[in-house]
Amino acid sequence: MTKLQQPAMAAEDGRATRPAAVPAEAPLAVRGLTVSYGEKPAVFSVDATFPARAMSAIIGPNGAGKSTLLKASLGVIPRLSGEVFIFGQPITKARNRIAYVPQRASVDWDFPTTVIDVVQMGLYRKVGLLGRLSGQMTIRALDCLGRVGMADFAHRQIGQLSGGQQQRVFLARALAQDADLYLLDEPFAGVDAATERAIIDVLKLLKSEGKAVVAVHHDLSTVRDYFDHVFLINVRPIAEGPVSSAFTTANLQAAYGGRLAATHLDELAMVEGR
Amino acid sequence: MGAEFVQFSLTPILIGIFSAIACALPGNFLILRRQALIGDAISHVVLPGIIVAFLITGVTAAIPMLLGAAGAAIVAVILIEAIKRLGNIEPGAAMGVVFTAMFALGVLILEQTDTSRVHLDVEHALMGNLESLIWFQAEGWHSLVDPVALAKLPDELIRIAVVCAFIAGLTLVFWRWLKIATFDEGFAQALGIPAAALGFGLVVTAAVAAVAAFDAVGSIIVIAMFVCPPAAARLMTNRLEHQIWWSVFLATLSAVLGYVLAGYGPLWFGGQNAVSAAGMIAAVSGVILGLACLYGPHRSREGVGRQDIA
Repeated sequence: MTKLQQPAMAAEDGRATRPAAVPAEAPLAVRGLTVSYGEKPAVFSVDATFPARAMSAIIGPNGAGKSTLLKASLGVIPRLSGEVFIFGQPITKARNRIAYVPQRASVDWDFPTTVIDVVQMGLYRKVGLLGRLSGQMTIRALDCLGRVGMADFAHRQIGQLSGGQQQRVFLARALAQDADLYLLDEPFAGVDAATERAIIDVLKLLKSEGKAVVAVHHDLSTVRDYFDHVFLINVRPIAEGPVSSAFTTANLQAAYGGRLAATHLDELAMVEGR
Repeated sequence: MGAEFVQFSLTPILIGIFSAIACALPGNFLILRRQALIGDAISHVVLPGIIVAFLITGVTAAIPMLLGAAGAAIVAVILIEAIKRLGNIEPGAAMGVVFTAMFALGVLILEQTDTSRVHLDVEHALMGNLESLIWFQAEGWHSLVDPVALAKLPDELIRIAVVCAFIAGLTLVFWRWLKIATFDEGFAQALGIPAAALGFGLVVTAAVAAVAAFDAVGSIIVIAMFVCPPAAARLMTNRLEHQIWWSVFLATLSAVLGYVLAGYGPLWFGGQNAVSAAGMIAAVSGVILGLACLYGPHRSREGVGRQDIA
């Protein structure tokens, strides 16, 4: 078991301390990260290191700060203290190496645009504010749609898509970003089984190409099948490590407290004993 | 359609068109961001600023008015924050109180002061004075190429034309940012787009449009210009690019039809006097929105709410 020690109190005064050695090859490492929306911190003093060439899950109960951890890592929401390293660099120098899939429900799907338009947003870092989208780039966007099985939907209005199709479009947009680190916020929330299969296949292919995948994940029953590495959080960090050693009943109970149904634990215990 | 038209109708119609377009362009993004009423709020807040600027300088010139409006906007922001923090009152209520209070203050100041030297009184501030913005020196269409006559074009026309061109330019330059950040703000920030500053810039742009359109349509009716053409345009198409063009077209149509109907409509029905052009422009834009709601090809998706997440 790799239960984490509470980090030193140094982070509490708001000043970033020199972080403990951050491996330069780590796709994503956070040190002493604290984020707060009001008076209560949403994420408190988190240290986490996500490994290269692996699929990592961020796991914890509702309100545990999973999405907040992801968004603060990206600079989408401001952090109170702490540091974030993307391949050993600050985010501002590493934006080209990150792809991001926000929660599907965080946008208005009535927005007047087409599927291919959304995917092309993923090319922004290459095109810039005023650059012209070349034909080659459009072909690449179509190719990304093909990889998630949505090539036939390129010119549909996005409001006509089902939830699963919307999620695939978001994944295609991330693929268009052509990154080394893929950050996904609940990619399997409310999607059909076929879409879940399609998404996991794409993510596993990315891993086999040497990319790193970090996903906020809810479904405890699929963690062992999908992921190599887990990070358990409940505002404070609970545990991190390979699924085999960190994804244990004891750690889950520490993260979820009484909120994890006994039946759920039994199920997991069975999987564990398998 | 000769000399009389050029002298009395051409400039008001052009000012109406430019005002409508200047407001409709940022209006498209405000509507998609669920911030349509920001335009309304701004137009109310700037009234006391414009009036105080006028009282100090004694002229209705562009720069003092814009500065006055900007000052009023800053006072409004500070007041809203203060009420939120000190009174622990929710933001919507704080805004509502500040906007209406500042607007009321503007009306009171205006009523109590002598503004007889120029066209600035309560009625004009609320509803504009489009009909009075005529081109005295024009003698016919040939005046359009006569430098002497052109030099005497109403200042208001030049002002709104410049503002309209400026806003169109901003929309073009920042198009990609506006589109990405309006659709998916979090993704835009992850890309390194300064989404918060962009949102603030959009509101400032709307404020500039509201102040510039003040002459033409006054400070109440300007809200129709922000909301009606873009909302109707959204019902005509499912592409943002096309929506912008539709909104420009519908804004123009509202301005022209509204002006003509205000001037001649009552006569057709046996009435004696023309009605307020600004009021008629707003009414026409409302009717266009109503028709779009009933017959627009893409109305089915509109009103399907966003799935809000915790």
